[in-house]
Amino acid sequence: MTTVPTIPRTPLVQVRALTKAYGRRQVLQGIDLDVARGAVTAVIGPNGAGKTTLNKTLLGLVRPDGGTVHFDGLDTAGEIAHRARIGYMPQAARFPENFSARDVLTLLADLRGSARSRNEDLVTAFTLEAFLDQPVRALSGGQRQRLNAAAAFLFTPDLLLLDEPTAGLDPVASGVLKDKIREVRDAGRAVLITSHVLSELEEFTDVVVFLHEGRVRYAGALDALRRRTGASTLEQAIAQLMRAEVPLTARDREVPA
Amino acid sequence: MSHVIATVLRHEFRNLRSNRGVLFAGLAMLVITESVLRLTGTAPRALVTMLNLVLLLVPLVAILFGVISWHASREFNELLLAQPVRRRALFAGLYLGLVAPLAAAFALGLLLPFLLHRAVKPESLPLLLTTLGSGVALTFVFGGLALLIGVRVDDRLRGVALALAAWLLLTVVYDGLVLMVATTFADYPLERPMLLLTLFNPVDLARTLIVMQSDMAALMGYTGAVMNRFLGSLLGTAIAVAGLVIWILIPAWAGRRAFERRDF
Repeated sequence: MTTVPTIPRTPLVQVRALTKAYGRRQVLQGIDLDVARGAVTAVIGPNGAGKTTLNKTLLGLVRPDGGTVHFDGLDTAGEIAHRARIGYMPQAARFPENFSARDVLTLLADLRGSARSRNEDLVTAFTLEAFLDQPVRALSGGQRQRLNAAAAFLFTPDLLLLDEPTAGLDPVASGVLKDKIREVRDAGRAVLITSHVLSELEEFTDVVVFLHEGRVRYAGALDALRRRTGASTLEQAIAQLMRAEVPLTARDREVPA
Repeated sequence: MSHVIATVLRHEFRNLRSNRGVLFAGLAMLVITESVLRLTGTAPRALVTMLNLVLLLVPLVAILFGVISWHASREFNELLLAQPVRRRALFAGLYLGLVAPLAAAFALGLLLPFLLHRAVKPESLPLLLTTLGSGVALTFVFGGLALLIGVRVDDRLRGVALALAAWLLLTVVYDGLVLMVATTFADYPLERPMLLLTLFNPVDLARTLIVMQSDMAALMGYTGAVMNRFLGSLLGTAIAVAGLVIWILIPAWAGRRAFERRDF
């Protein structure tokens, strides 16, 4: 008999009034966002909308000018402990050329210490065995991206942060990745994903956050967005939002519970 | 902090066999030392012949290799920063992970031929050790400068250009400027200002240290000659060593500060 995990109702991540500017360019303009447990939250928006900056701010790679990020109720400003509970898959899968895939995974594990269990099945799931001991310089783009994905899932994280995860993956590896994302969600953990491939997101997304020019234009359930716009696909719904054919109310920008 | 530094260092050394840049630098040093030693026949002559090689090539290799490898691993460094590690500790690990293998490659490339030929005699040991120490110190200085440039300059091409400019300034242009000042103000007592100017250049400090261990005063740069004459060897050596230590610390500190404050 499968046990259904009890998922706390409070969001895992709470972002409030987050602002960030690079010089004169205001990239994030007061972002409010909740990342729920047991759900896949997709952050979408055109290039330059602030998606990557938002991701990097959650990780502490970018320091915000204002606002707060709380992880499991704790303010993350100046803290690093919460990163042990995050699995990050950056958009570009670039590793030291003289390292092997095994070295990359071992280095990440060594840096984290033994605080959290490692999911060794990932090596098999992403079929890394064949090239585990080859130097990265000898790997193809797809193989590097599979290694990138395995590194993100390695420590059974409470939050998975995936930036354009399926880019460069072959259909088989892409399918494995999607299955893993669903597994994480079903285990009551949180997934935050940014992608341009909206048709793929539609397969497993629960919550859609639409960013435009550094602001949250829509945040809510995917079904609610479809109903609101009358569109049958996520792509059409987002296109309507971008063309501003759908008048947005304050409620559309509310953080979904 | 020490756990992060030890982890990064352990992985760098473990993967040294496939680190082509470091292997090439070490091999080149080995071939050059072996050739010079065969040509000159004795350790003191070989070391004096290699003086300018150590003072010019070691900084060039360290600063260029540092900037290029920093830019090559920028995305990976972001992944490392996303782990539960402090930036300060990670920077220390990355810095030592860069300079320690380079310094080890230089040291082995220099020492092995002398040891294989049993060319090290007690009288030439101080000169050999000073050359070794100065080369290692210059690797640390220019490795630190490389990371400072890498952290502050995002554009790879601009970073490399800046690295070359820094190398050229400290190895060639600086002594030229000092010489120009000396000839322009030849009628004034310039010993103290000249001494002060030496401290602002790690290459001059290393040159002074090496030459002070040999009796080749003719090979000294102008600033080195002033230091030798003015301070005598013991005090001069102490000041030069202290100056090199400061030159190691300042770029590394400035690089760490920039690393801690920047957005990735």
